[in-house]
Amino acid sequence: MTIKGKAYIAGIYEHPTRHAPDKSTAQLHAEVAKGAIEDAGLTKDDVDGYFCAGDAPGGLWPMVDYLGLNTKKLRHVDSTETGGCSYLIHLGHAAEAIAAGKCSVALVTLAGKPRTGPMPPRAAGAEADFESAYGATTHNAYGMCAMRHMHDYGTTSEQLAWIKVAASHHAQYNPHAMLKEVVTVEDVLNSPMISDPLHRMDCCVVTDGGGAMIVTTPEIAKSLKKPLVRLIGHGEAAKGPRGGKNLDLTYSAGVWSGPRAFEEAGVTPKDIKYASIYDSFTITVLMQLEDLGFCKKGEGGKFVADGNLISGVGKLPFNTDGGGLCSNHPVNRGGMTKILEAVRQLRGEAHPKVQVKNCDLAIAHGTGGLLGVRHAASTCILERA
Amino acid sequence: MSEAKKYNAPVTNPETAAFWDAAKQGKFMIKRCNTCGEAHYFPRAICPFCFSDKTVWEEASGEATVYTYSLMRKSPTGPYAIAYVTLKEGPSLQTNIVDCDLEKVKIGQKVKVVWKPTDGAPLPFFTPA
Repeated sequence: MTIKGKAYIAGIYEHPTRHAPDKSTAQLHAEVAKGAIEDAGLTKDDVDGYFCAGDAPGGLWPMVDYLGLNTKKLRHVDSTETGGCSYLIHLGHAAEAIAAGKCSVALVTLAGKPRTGPMPPRAAGAEADFESAYGATTHNAYGMCAMRHMHDYGTTSEQLAWIKVAASHHAQYNPHAMLKEVVTVEDVLNSPMISDPLHRMDCCVVTDGGGAMIVTTPEIAKSLKKPLVRLIGHGEAAKGPRGGKNLDLTYSAGVWSGPRAFEEAGVTPKDIKYASIYDSFTITVLMQLEDLGFCKKGEGGKFVADGNLISGVGKLPFNTDGGGLCSNHPVNRGGMTKILEAVRQLRGEAHPKVQVKNCDLAIAHGTGGLLGVRHAASTCILERA
Repeated sequence: MSEAKKYNAPVTNPETAAFWDAAKQGKFMIKRCNTCGEAHYFPRAICPFCFSDKTVWEEASGEATVYTYSLMRKSPTGPYAIAYVTLKEGPSLQTNIVDCDLEKVKIGQKVKVVWKPTDGAPLPFFTPA
């Protein structure tokens, strides 16, 4: 059994807000749900599957009730929670459910307000007594990965900076991007050190907002008016210190989720025309490009340098919406926006200045949790049908 | 600055209570599996490698080397160095490097365990050896 080609993304919506002190989190979920349903040309009553993660207030049933989903039709739900990559996993799970006949129109929502106020703490894991005192944050957890990557492979801050530079080149064309200014390698290196070796400009933005998508059957997608985009490969994986044996922070769970997705899709990294790669930090992108096989382990620094990720300039256009580094990182969870920009590219709806020509194959990949501590990863291969 | 930092006491539970009891005596304990021979940290009842329940407590040397670190400079309680260190016995673990010039921490540096008090059992940290 495969999900290859069995589910289509028929509706997408990214909330234009980046700061929403005047809205509730549930309201943002409803606004992005409405946006995605309308983009698909469907109605709320068509939804018979609902997917949300830890950002949904109260979880699944309170959201189903708040949104007013048709409970006579709703027959499949999934609240898989893997941090920022939850929505990439939801896409794969929605395809599985659709292929199994468990639902036909799946709604996936993400929304929240970390810019307005602090997010609620996560529930403690079994490791809490042995780690919580040490102050792991996103910044220093990813900093530890970057530090070891530099040590093992000679990766430099200049190379990491090129990732931010490429994102900024794309963000200048996105009217909703939080940071629209084009920056240089020097700008990144001159920005304040936050957690060695990561500078402020190595870090993503913190934004309120959200996004949603509609995943559906081939038949329903073909009855609608949007260009056809389908999922042809999906992978998911998880990685942690696992008792502390052979610790290696220079690779992510993408080394497992990526090959699973590529194998199912029957394509290779060389075939990919556009890449949405989770960019919580510059190092996140560099490690994932290596792990997904776009270059060899340790050669990510050379791969990203000199504009290789800039659309129209380099070999692998990435995050053409400006990504999390410049445009949007709603709820500190970048997986949804990665899918949305990949769909825009495949539809030909990206900004003309960054639209990849004849974009018929794209990857959307992300991680959730802390790369240097415990994380999940998910890879989706999407195709223009 | 690190002297002034207040740490929460570990909650502890039946699976890990022996670790914290030993910590009160200044002993740094790891778990080793009698079936596969592998040591691991933090301690579990069931071996995370072979899933045997024949895991036993073992006092570790407290000697380690820095695998990686990051100096967090933007913190309301002052800069601190998070790190992974690899114990002489094998397992790597998350910690902070303390009681030293944080600007001089480096990968490969030799460190040793040092305990910091809480209202309950003390917590293990590492400092240059």
